[in-house]
Parts: sequence; structure tokens; C-alpha cells
Amino acid sequence: MVENRPWLAFFTHVVLLIGIAIIALPIWITFVAATHDEIRMTQVPLPLLPGDQFWVNLKATLFGRGLSGTETAPVWLMMLNSLVMALGIALGKIAISLLSAFAIVYFRFPFRMGFFWMIFITLMLPVEVRIVPTFEVVAQLGLLNSYAGLTIPLIASATATFMFRQVFLTIPDEMLESARIDGAGPMRFFFDILLPLSRTNIAALFVILFIYGWNQYLWPLLITTDSDMTTIVMSIKQMLEAAEQSPQWNIIMMTALLAMLPPVLVVVLMQKLFVKGLTETEK
Amino acid sequence: MAKIRLDNLRKSYGGTEVLHGVSGEIEDGELVVIVGPSGCGKSTLLRMIAGLETVTAGEIHIGERMVNGLEPARRDIAMVFQNYALYPHMTVRQNMAYGLKIRGLPKEEINRRVEEAADILELREYLERKPRQLSGGQRQRVAMGRAIVRDPQVFLFDEPLSNLDAKLRVQMRLEIRKLQKRLGVTSIYVTHDQVEAMTLGDRLMVLNGGYVEQFGTPIEVYERPQTVFVAGFIGSPAMNFLPAELSDGHVVLGNGARVPGGAGEGEVTLGLRPEHLVADEDGPVRVRVALMEQLGANTLIHGVLEGTDQEMVVSLHGIRDIAEGEVMGFSAPQDALHLFDRRSGRRIN
Ligand SMILES: Nc1ncnc2c1ncn2[C@@H]1O[C@H](COP(=O)(O)OP(=O)(O)O)[C@@H](O)[C@H]1O
Ligand SMILES: [Mg+2]
Repeated sequence: MVENRPWLAFFTHVVLLIGIAIIALPIWITFVAATHDEIRMTQVPLPLLPGDQFWVNLKATLFGRGLSGTETAPVWLMMLNSLVMALGIALGKIAISLLSAFAIVYFRFPFRMGFFWMIFITLMLPVEVRIVPTFEVVAQLGLLNSYAGLTIPLIASATATFMFRQVFLTIPDEMLESARIDGAGPMRFFFDILLPLSRTNIAALFVILFIYGWNQYLWPLLITTDSDMTTIVMSIKQMLEAAEQSPQWNIIMMTALLAMLPPVLVVVLMQKLFVKGLTETEK
Repeated sequence: MAKIRLDNLRKSYGGTEVLHGVSGEIEDGELVVIVGPSGCGKSTLLRMIAGLETVTAGEIHIGERMVNGLEPARRDIAMVFQNYALYPHMTVRQNMAYGLKIRGLPKEEINRRVEEAADILELREYLERKPRQLSGGQRQRVAMGRAIVRDPQVFLFDEPLSNLDAKLRVQMRLEIRKLQKRLGVTSIYVTHDQVEAMTLGDRLMVLNGGYVEQFGTPIEVYERPQTVFVAGFIGSPAMNFLPAELSDGHVVLGNGARVPGGAGEGEVTLGLRPEHLVADEDGPVRVRVALMEQLGANTLIHGVLEGTDQEMVVSLHGIRDIAEGEVMGFSAPQDALHLFDRRSGRRIN
């Protein structure tokens, strides 16, 4: 649909600009707040233009011992924790889903459909629903305050399994037969043929799952009590309530900015593969 | 190189049997074409030989070995699929080398073989391309190349040309034929196209509904089809079939006309190839012309046997001009009569 009506073009641009402004303004304010000193942020009117304290705040946030008057982990450690959790969840989910989809599509084992439906049913049980029993299990296993406890309960994933199942089903049977004649065993077929053919789908899923993992809030809040294990997303909320005094907006906003950064980077870096993975059909 | 022996092979899916005891021997270096209509079990048979389907009953021997229980990779075969089944993420070179790499051949040996095959198939300049950057014919060649580099005892082809356009198909058919003769590898080629079967095969195995109808050279199959099915399947335009009766040295047609030939008594089906009828004003086979098709080199006359509603086709050389509704006479040489038992459909002369 190509239309050439100047007013329509003008109107659509205005709508788009308003949309961008609505999304961008809070981010701008976050950025501005992160560039002023603590005092300035408590005075009205709030600044709308950046100040000169950016590097000072960055250093204080990343390496300082949290807000004044509290004893929290430095933000770099929180970012590291978040990164480990997000990567663990994303990579773990992809690995488990690839393998289970491989088993369901390519092997004829007893109760195959039974397992298929068992995986299917977990779709109805996200962490929030099973949070109490899952906590109990993790506690019993002694996994509180550990990376394993942060990631493993979030790894089993029906959606990703289904996605890979669909991907594998589009690969013609002759590909498998050809590989069998070439002498490739099942795992060789998996690594040499299936994985490369699912490359773009894996990338797309990685982006989605990394963000999902990075943004986890409730689960880390529940199972980490040690301040060295806090993740950055949960720490923002804690910072707001932490001190008796009024919130240190410059530090909090800097933390928020830092928390946004990795997901943005992942999206930007993997954009090409991401789009390909969601749209490409040719096998 | 090796002989292949099939011994009463059967295949069932669930409760339904789709191959009902297929036997036959394929000689060393021979190219046998398995031909038959869609769904008759050709691919199933080929895939059983390849080891991609299990054998329900019977035995497959390649060379001296009984291979029933062997994995495809251990049968020393190579297969070319209808959709080529090239690995899309590998280059042409990698596609051809993959099987050899798994077998653990040294790198230089792999490269030597791949390049040799590429030379034979004129693929040299495409070695570093991906399959999607190739035309259909080139992909076909890569699939062949992948088979050649393995240097197998047996080539198996499952309708390898049916995704190509008509012209390329004829060209590739000749190339496959030449290549097979040059390499001398025992080959089995599956197709539903009778022209492909006739031109390509040293021998044809005509399959119908899971039974072998006939196994012989193209000429045998054409000149002495053993069943009504084979007679109708091989040859174009298809053979005419007329219900008839044998009586003292003549074949009596439905309209009472008597064609000399045949021995014995009883109800038969008379088969007459369109191209074997000879225009003859006094001939016993009289056809009322309904429609003409001018093909240039010959003329097809569609009509009915006069006095009946049995449809017939006659093919005459050259360009003819015959009015619709006219009655033409034809005679049929004795050696052009194909007589089949009416009930069993088996040949009796
Ligand atoms: N995996 C299968 N399960 C059940 N029936 C099958 C299967 N594969 C083939 N068949 C049946 O076996 C018969 C022969 O199939 P096939 O060998 O593919 O025929 P074609 O001669 O066209 O190659 C067909 O009737 C088909 O429906
Ligand atoms: Mg087939």
C-alpha cells in the first residue's frame, strides 16, 4: 500500500513522534537524574537537562558500597549476578529444549506422547504458580543463595521445546536419511545438521530468554538473602526503601540505567539473527 | 562392485502389507529400473535395500553379505533422493565430503575424491557455493557427486529427475546413464516414468500393487509383456485391449471380425499396440474414426471398434487426412497380437 498524501504522511509522523516521546521521556529523565548530584535531585523544579556528575555517579554506583547508610553489594557485583542468572536461564533453557525436542521428534521411545503431554502441561505452571513448593524444593536441596538456585527452577521450558519441535518438523526426513547413509549417528546428526539449521531460531530465542532471565524479580527476591547474591533488578526496588532518608535519586537512576543496558545490547547485537529467526522459513 | 539378491521380500506397515514377496537378482554393474504407478511400493523397496526401512520378511544380499540387519552406512551404498537432501548450511565441497569425513578418511584423500567427482560432474567452480546458490540441475549433480565420492558397491536412485524440467530431465537421464556405464557400479533406479525406465534400464522390474509383474529387458517388456498391466503400462500411447474369443486359429473380436492368429479356445483379452496396426482396406480390424491428433511425425486416430463401443487408438506414420466418422480397416500382423487370459490377465501366447 503506497499512498502519496502529504497530510497523511504528516499525521502518521506526528503520531509516531508522540509515541517515541512517550517512551523516551522517562528514559531521558532517568538519564538526566543520573548526571546530577544528590542535592540537586531533591530540589524543585527537577532538572530536564543533563548535569556534570555522570562519571562521579557512575563510579559511586558501580563500585561504592551502595547507598549511604546501607550495606549492599556494589552494583557491578549485582550486574554480574544478573548476567550469570540471565545467561544461565537462556542457555539452560535452549540446551534443554533442543534436546527434548530432538528426542520427541526423532526417537520412538515408550510413552513418547506421554512425555510430550507432560512437557505441554508445564506451560500451565510458570514459577509464580508453583512458587511455594519450588521454594521448598530449592531450600531442601540447599540451593538458597546460589546461582544454581537462581537458574535451575526457571530452566524447564515448554514454549522453547515446542518452538524447536516445529523447527525440526520442517526439516525434511531425507536430511536425516542422508545423514544416516553418510554414517552420522544421532548426536552427530544433532550437532552437525540440526544445530546449524536451527541457528537463527536459537538466536531469536536467546534474545527473548536473556531478557526474560535478566528481568526476573520475584524468584531472586525470594531465594536470595545474602546481599552478595542480589540481582540488579531486585536491588532497584530495595534501594527505594532502603534508607531512612529521602531516596538518593542520582544513584538509583544510574542503577536503573545500568540495568537497562545489557538487554539493549543483546537486542542490538543480535537484531539481524533475531529477525531472521522469527521470519525465515527456507530450510 | 556387487550383485544384489532380493529373496521374497515383504513389507508391512501395521497390519497392511505393501510388498508381497519381491524376488530378483541384479547383476554386477547392471542398472535395474524399478518402475510402476505411484503408491505401488517402489520407494519402499528401494529404502529397504538402503536400510532406511526395516524388512518384515525375506532377505537382501549385497555381494556376499546378508544386509538385513545392517545400518545404511555399513551397507556400502549411496543414495540420491528426489529432493536431493543436500545439507543447506554446507558448501558443495562439505556436502560431498561429509560422509568421508565421518568415515575418518585423511584430508588429502577426501579432497582428491571430491575434486575428481567435481571434475566428472563439471562442478569445479561451484565447490565453495551453498546449495541454495545453485540451479536445480546443479543440485542434482551435487547429489550425484555425494554418491560418487563414497565409491560404493551400489547406487540407489529414488526418482532423482522428477524435480527438473522436461528438457533438463532428458539431458540428466543421458548423463546418469553414461556415468553409470563409466563407473560400472551396480545401480537401482526408481521411477514412475516409463520413458525414463525404457531408456535408462538394462532391465526393468515392473511393480504393481506390491507385486513384481515382470522383470526383463526393456525390449522383452515391450515385445512380450507378461501381464495386461505391464502391456498397458509400458508403451505410449497405451496398448488397446479388446475382449475376444479364440476359435480355430483366429481371434474373434466383439463385432464378429476374425483376426488370424492365436491357438486354443476360450475367452481372452487381445492387446494391440497402436503403432503395430497396419492400414489395410480389407483388414479385419475396422475402426470408426472419432478424432484425429496430428503430431507431425505420426498421426493418432482415436475411434471405436465398429459395431461396438470399445475405444481404440491407432498410430500411423506421417501426416494423414481422414474424415471423422469414416471407417478405416487395419490388419494386425500375427506377431503383434498379445493374448492374455481374460480372468488372470496373464499372457498366453
Ligand atoms: N511410513 C509408512 N506408513 C504407512 N504406510 C506407508 C508408509 N510409507 C509408505 N506407505 C504405503 O506404502 C505404499 C507404497 O508406498 P511407496 O513405496 O512410497 O510408493 P511409490 O511406489 O509411490 O514410491 C503406499 O500405499 C503408501 O501409502
Ligand atoms: Mg516414491
